[in-house]
Amino acid sequence: MRVWPSVGQIRWGWFLLGVAVLLVWPVFADTHTPTILLAYALFALSLGLMWGYAGLLSFGHTAYFGLGAYVYAIAVINIGESTVPLLLAIAIPAAVAAVIGAMMFYGRISDVYMGVITLVVTLILFKFMNATAGDQYVIGAARLGGFNGIPGFAVLNVPGMPEWSLFGTPLYYVAAVALLGCYLICRWILARSFGRVLVGIRENESRCELLGYNVPAYKTAIFSISAAMAGLAGCLFANWAEIVTPSVFSLRAAAEVIVWVMVGGLGTLVGPILGAMALGMVKLLLGEQTVIDNSLILGLILVIVVLAIPRGVVPAVQGWWRGRIRIRAQRAGHARPRRRLATAATRQP
Amino acid sequence: MDYAAVVVLEILYMIAFIALISAGLAIVFGMMRVINLAHGEFVMLGGYTTLACDRAGINIWFAMLVIAPLVVALVGLLVERLVIRFLYGRMIDTMLATWGLSLLLIGVVTLIFGSSAVSVPAPIPGYQLGTYQMGGYNLFIIAISVALYVAVWLVLRYTRIGLVARGAMQSPEVASSLGYNPRMVYMVTFTVGAALSGLAGGVLAPLTGLLPSSGGAYIAKAFISVISGGVGAVITGTLASSTLYGAISQIVSFASTPVIGELAMLALAIILLRLMPQGISGRFFRDSQ
Repeated sequence: MRVWPSVGQIRWGWFLLGVAVLLVWPVFADTHTPTILLAYALFALSLGLMWGYAGLLSFGHTAYFGLGAYVYAIAVINIGESTVPLLLAIAIPAAVAAVIGAMMFYGRISDVYMGVITLVVTLILFKFMNATAGDQYVIGAARLGGFNGIPGFAVLNVPGMPEWSLFGTPLYYVAAVALLGCYLICRWILARSFGRVLVGIRENESRCELLGYNVPAYKTAIFSISAAMAGLAGCLFANWAEIVTPSVFSLRAAAEVIVWVMVGGLGTLVGPILGAMALGMVKLLLGEQTVIDNSLILGLILVIVVLAIPRGVVPAVQGWWRGRIRIRAQRAGHARPRRRLATAATRQP
Repeated sequence: MDYAAVVVLEILYMIAFIALISAGLAIVFGMMRVINLAHGEFVMLGGYTTLACDRAGINIWFAMLVIAPLVVALVGLLVERLVIRFLYGRMIDTMLATWGLSLLLIGVVTLIFGSSAVSVPAPIPGYQLGTYQMGGYNLFIIAISVALYVAVWLVLRYTRIGLVARGAMQSPEVASSLGYNPRMVYMVTFTVGAALSGLAGGVLAPLTGLLPSSGGAYIAKAFISVISGGVGAVITGTLASSTLYGAISQIVSFASTPVIGELAMLALAIILLRLMPQGISGRFFRDSQ
C-alpha cells in the first residue's frame, strides 16, 4: 500500500489498542480525570486538524470550545432533553466559524492578520460574557450570569430518555466515543481528495489556486469542521464541569490548546491528542499545588518547545524511530529506499 | 460646556493611552516584523518596577521615567538574546514563543508580588472642571505620549541611528553591505521597544493599578492598533489607528457603557482588518514613517 506523503494513514493496530485501553480503563481506575482529558484531547485534535494539515492557525480556537459549552448550557436549560442541545453545541460553533472564516478567507486574510481576528473574536466573547451579570441578560430561562457563569444545568441523557442521565463512567464512554469518532472523521477527511487539497493549500496556496481549487471555500470548510469538533469538546467539558464560566474564553485557555498541539506535534493527529492528555494532566496536577504558578510552567514549556523541538514531540520521536529502523535495515544488508516522512515538518522559511 | 470639555479630555486621554501602550510594540513590529506577544507583560513589568521603587522610597518620577524603562530594557535584551534571535523570519513561531514568555513572566511576577491587585499613588492631584472632578494625572499621560512620539520621530528622522534603523528596516541586505550588522540593529531595536513598553507601564501604573495578569488588558489594544496601523509606518500608522480606536471606544463608552465601548473597538478592529489587511498606513500614507 502506498504511503501518501504529508497526509499519513491510520494504523489500525494502534487504533484498536487505543480503543482497548479506553474500553478497559474504568475497570482499573477512576474516570473523572480521564473524562476531561478526553475532552481536551478532542479540542486539541480539532485545532491540530486545521493547523497541522491546512496550515491555518486560529489563535482563539477556544472561542468555539467555549461557544459549545455555553450553547449546550443555555439550550439544555431551555429545552430540558439533551439531544437537541448537543446538536446545537456542534452546529452553532460551526456556523459562527463558517461566517468568520468566510469573512477572513474570502478577504484573503492570512497569517498574522488571521491570528489577530481570531483572537479578537475570543476577546469579544470574553469581555461580553464577563459583563452579563445583570438580570437583563437572559436567553429564555437561562441567566448568563457574567463572571460567575452558568451553574446547575442538566447533564447529557440517553437520547429520548430524559431521566437516564449520563455522568461518571457513562460520560467517560461518551467522551471516548466522541474522540475516537472524530479521529476517524479526521482520517477520513484527510484520506479524501478534500484532505489532500488542504495539505496542498498549506504547502503552496497560489499553486492550488492556479490549479483551479477554490481555496477560500476549502479553508472556510475546514475551519467550520474544526469548530464543530471544538464545540463538541466544549459540550463535553460543560457536562464534566457542570458549570460554564467566561474563563473558557480567556487568553490562558486560548494559549493552552495551542501549547498542547504544538508540543504534541503539528501535522499529526495523534500528537495533539497525546499532547493534550499529557499537558492537561500536568495542568490538573499543578492546579493542586500552590508553590509554583501554573502559567510559569506552561510558558516555559511553550518557549522550550518552540526553540528546541519546533516540530513537536510525536514527529520528532517518529523521525528518530524511522531513522533507527533504516539504520538497522542497512546494517542487516538490505537497505530500503529512503521514504519521505509521512509527517514531514513543513514550515515557511 | 463643561461636559463637552470632559468628553474631549477623556477621548484625548484614551488616544494617548492606546498610543503609549502601542509604541514599543509598533517599533518592534515595524522595524523587525516581530510580533511580541509578551509586550503586555513588558508594560506590566514597568508598572511593578515603579511599585517596587515606590515601596523602597525612591522618588516616583525617577522610578517611572528612568528606572522602569531601564529595567524592562534589560529584560528585553535578555529575551532577545535568549529567545527572539533564534526565531527571526519565523513570525508564527515568534508569536508562540513570546506568548509562552508572557505566561512565564506572569508566573514569575505572581511568585514575587502575589496575585492580588496593588496600586501606586498618583503623584499629581485631581482638579475641578466646572462641576466635574478630573484626574490631573491624565493630562500628564497625554503630555508624555505626545513627547514620546515627537522624540521617536525626531530620532528616526534626524539622527544617524535613526537613519541606520530605517535603512535596516527597508533593506537588511544593503544595510549589511554598508557595514551595519542587521542582527545588532535588531537587538538594539528590540531593547528600545522594551524600554518604551517599560516607560508606558511605569507612567500608567498609578492610573490602572497592577495585577500580574494586567498585561492581557494592554496586549489586545496594542496588538490591534499596531496591526491595523500597518507595517512600514511606525509613527503615522500607529497614531492613526490609536486615534480611531481611542475615539470610538470613548464615544461609545459615553453613549452606553465602558464594556460596550471596548466591544465596539474590538468589532471595529475586525472590520478594519477585513477592509484593509495592509493596515491604515498601507492604504493612505504609503511613503511616511
